[in-house]
Amino acid sequence: MSKFKQEDKKEVPAITSSSLSDIVFMLLFFFMVTTQLRETENKVMVKIPQASESVKLERKDLAAHINIGTPIRSLQAQFGTDARIQLNDSFKTVQDIGNYIAAERDSKSEADRPFMTVNIKADQDVRMGIITEVKQELRKCSALKIMYSSRKAE
Amino acid sequence: MSKKTPAINSSSTADIAFLLLCYFLMTTTMGTQMGLSRRLPPIPDQNQKVEDQKVNQRNIIIVKVNSSDRIFAGNEPIDVSFLKDKIKEFVSNPSDNPSLPEKEMKEIEGLGQYPVSKGVISLQNDRGTSYKAYIAVQNELVKAINELRDELSMSRFGKKFASLDEDTQDIVKKAIPQNISEAEPKNVGKK
Repeated sequence: MSKFKQEDKKEVPAITSSSLSDIVFMLLFFFMVTTQLRETENKVMVKIPQASESVKLERKDLAAHINIGTPIRSLQAQFGTDARIQLNDSFKTVQDIGNYIAAERDSKSEADRPFMTVNIKADQDVRMGIITEVKQELRKCSALKIMYSSRKAE
Repeated sequence: MSKKTPAINSSSTADIAFLLLCYFLMTTTMGTQMGLSRRLPPIPDQNQKVEDQKVNQRNIIIVKVNSSDRIFAGNEPIDVSFLKDKIKEFVSNPSDNPSLPEKEMKEIEGLGQYPVSKGVISLQNDRGTSYKAYIAVQNELVKAINELRDELSMSRFGKKFASLDEDTQDIVKKAIPQNISEAEPKNVGKK
């Protein structure tokens, strides 16, 4: 009987938590690897409009982005408050779109080129004049698949 | 004899790692890009003579958005909330009204004979139209088409359009095409 009593007195061994950090580190590495930092800095303020019928952009890697909006506050002294076009990370004019699209197209593999989508991210307060010009320019360089960026309305 | 070095307490490394983890979790944007997908018409060939596409007057509805964001559909002013129903009526033409688009019986694989509407929605805008109003109108047009597709899918396949498989979706798309044309830019009402 005494045998059992002795065993009752034994303490429960503490759970080793040393491997917990390894697990968390694994998670951490996963997120570090999958996170891609935005390579282009936004130079225009864009508040995209709402649309309830928004669909997801397929093949995000095949998209070329065109940002249209007013320059951010710190650049307004230099560039004014008129709507500007931003390609990659600098202000460009409508005439530069052709070169930009050509460069984007070249960077994609041959098989994927027909599926390239041009994502037009425009502020909801810009006038259609600039967007029509952009659209005409896109038609000229036959980038016909476009997407008007919009938020899904709640 | 050297003293045994005491083990470093490593229980707090997990906390440090958690902090880092939280940082990356917060900064990662799982941002999915959303938007309205469109196809621009190819630019007409320069050598090719620009011939006016003969579209029957009844088969086209012109939706105009002017510089003060007012909407005209078929020459009458309309509120954006009524636009969807107007477009739905235009495309489906349920009562075979002679002033609304004609339909053409087409053999569609998997659906049989179906009267496909010949209606074309032509969207025109001014240079001064705000992008917000333009997208709102685009959205209503897409919504009208999507609702018609949903109705057809429900009656024929018993499911919503979005939950059909790809082949069936193609069938429905053939039956109710999305004919939205964005007109050549015009300079009307210069500011």
